[in-house]
Amino acid sequence: MTITFIFDAILVVLLLTVAIWIIVARAAFSAVLAFVAYGLLLAVVWVELSAIDIALTEAAIGSGVTGMILLGAASRLRETEAAVVSAGRPLILAAALLCAVIAAALAALVLSPPSTVFTLAPETMAHLHESGLGNPVAGVLFVYRAFDTLLEKVVVVLALVGVWSLAPDRFWGGIPGLQVSQQPNSVLTLLSQLLPPLGIVFGIYMFWTGANNPGGAFQGGTVLAAMWILVMIAGLQNPPSTNWRWLRVLVVLGPAIFLAIGLAGFGLAGAFLAYPPGYAKPLIIVAEAALTLSIGVALGLLAAGPPERVAQQ
Amino acid sequence: MTAVPYIFTVIAISAGAFFFLAGTVGLLRFPDTLTRLHALTKADNLGLGLIVFGLLPLVEWPFGAFKLISVWLLLQLSGSIVAQLIANFVRREEAHE
Amino acid sequence: MSSFLIGAACFVLAATALGLLRILRGPGDADRMMAAQLLGTGGVATLLLLAAAVQSPAIVDVALLLALLAAFASVAFVNSASHSQVKASPAMDPP
Repeated sequence: MTITFIFDAILVVLLLTVAIWIIVARAAFSAVLAFVAYGLLLAVVWVELSAIDIALTEAAIGSGVTGMILLGAASRLRETEAAVVSAGRPLILAAALLCAVIAAALAALVLSPPSTVFTLAPETMAHLHESGLGNPVAGVLFVYRAFDTLLEKVVVVLALVGVWSLAPDRFWGGIPGLQVSQQPNSVLTLLSQLLPPLGIVFGIYMFWTGANNPGGAFQGGTVLAAMWILVMIAGLQNPPSTNWRWLRVLVVLGPAIFLAIGLAGFGLAGAFLAYPPGYAKPLIIVAEAALTLSIGVALGLLAAGPPERVAQQ
Repeated sequence: MTAVPYIFTVIAISAGAFFFLAGTVGLLRFPDTLTRLHALTKADNLGLGLIVFGLLPLVEWPFGAFKLISVWLLLQLSGSIVAQLIANFVRREEAHE
Repeated sequence: MSSFLIGAACFVLAATALGLLRILRGPGDADRMMAAQLLGTGGVATLLLLAAAVQSPAIVDVALLLALLAAFASVAFVNSASHSQVKASPAMDPP
C-alpha cells in the first residue's frame, strides 16, 4: 500500500464516478460538462502511465477544441431535447450487458499478461539517434510509422470537408456559423487579447520541443487552433469565409509538404518517406512546422462549423 | 543547512494543500452559486500559489522556476476572468426570472 | 521528499474529487460549469506536485497547457448559454 497506489486508487475512483455521471446525466449539457472534466482527469492518468505526449494531446483536445465543439452542439440541441424519445429498457439492458462483457474481457487480458512480452522498444531506441531525434514518440511518428502520420493528417482535411458538406448547397463556401459573443467590450475581450500571444508562443514551443521532449506538431497545432477559436468567439475577428483561397491552401499545406517529402524519398533515399542520411531532422522539422500550421487552421475551422451564411463577394 | 529549503517546501505545500481543502469545504457548505464561486476562485488559487511557492526551491533556476510562475499567473488570469463570466451569467439568469 | 510530494498530490486530488462530486450534482448549469474550473486548478496542482516528485520537467508542460486552456470550457459555456438566453427572451437584455 504505497502512496503511489493510494494516488492511483483515488484517481481511478474519481474517473469511474465521472464516467458513470456522464452516462446517467439527463441533460446533454451536464453530460458534456462532465465529459470535459473526464478529459482533464484522463490527462492525469496518462501522466501516471508515463505517456506525456498523450497527456499533452488529451489536455489540449479535451479542454480546448472538443469541449467547445460539444458545448456549442449541446446548446443548439437544447430546444429539441424534450422531444427526444429515450430508448426502451430492454435495449438499455442489452447495451449494458455488451459493455460489461467487453470490459470483463479487457480486464482479463490486462490482468493476465503473457509470460514473455513482445516489444520493439529496444530496437526503436537503438536506431533513434540516426534520425537526430531525441523523443522516441516523434521517432515513431515521423520515422518508423511516418506513413500512418501522413494518412492521419489527410484524415483531418477530409474531416473538415465532411463538416463543410453539412451545409446546404447554397451556403457552400460561405462563412461558418460560429456563435459569437453577444456582449462587446466584456471580460471576454480582455481574455482574448491577453491569452492568444501567450498561446501562440506556447504552441510554437510545443512544436519545437517535440523533437527531443514530449510535444509535437499536433499539440502545438491544437493550442494555436484554440487561441484562434477564442479570438473568433470574442468577436475580435470574424470567422473567415470558407472559399478564401489562402485558407484552403493553409489547410492543405501540411499534408502536401509531408507528401512531397515522402515522394522525394523515392529519388533521394530509395523508398517512399525514406530520408537521406543526415537530412532526416531538417526535413522532419520542415514537415512538422507546416503540419502545425495546417492542424491549427483545420481544427479551428472544424470548431467553427459548417457555413451558415453566404460569403461576401 | 541544506535542510532549510526542504523545510520551507514542506511548510508551503502543506499550507497550500490546506487551502485547497478549505476551498472544497467552502464549495460543499456555502449556500449560493455566487458564494461558491468565491470559494472556488479565491481559496483554490491561493492554495495553488502556495504550492508553486513551495516547489520553487526544487526546480532548476531560471527556466524551471519561470515555468512554475507562469502556470500560477495563467491560472490567476483564467480564474478571475472565469469568475466574472460565470457571475455575469448568473446575474442575467436571475434578471430573466 | 518525493513520498511527501505524492502524498500532497493525493490530498489535493481527494479535495478536488470531493468538490467535483458536489458540483456535478449542484442545481443549475453555472454550478456544473465551476467543475471544469475546479478540475483545472486542482489538476494543475496535482501535476506540478507529480512533476517535482518524479523529477520530470515535461509534466510541468502538461500543467502549463492545462493552465492555458483552463478558461475555454467556461468561455464556450457562457457563450452558448447567453445565446440561449437571448433566444428565450429577445430584446430584454440590457446593452
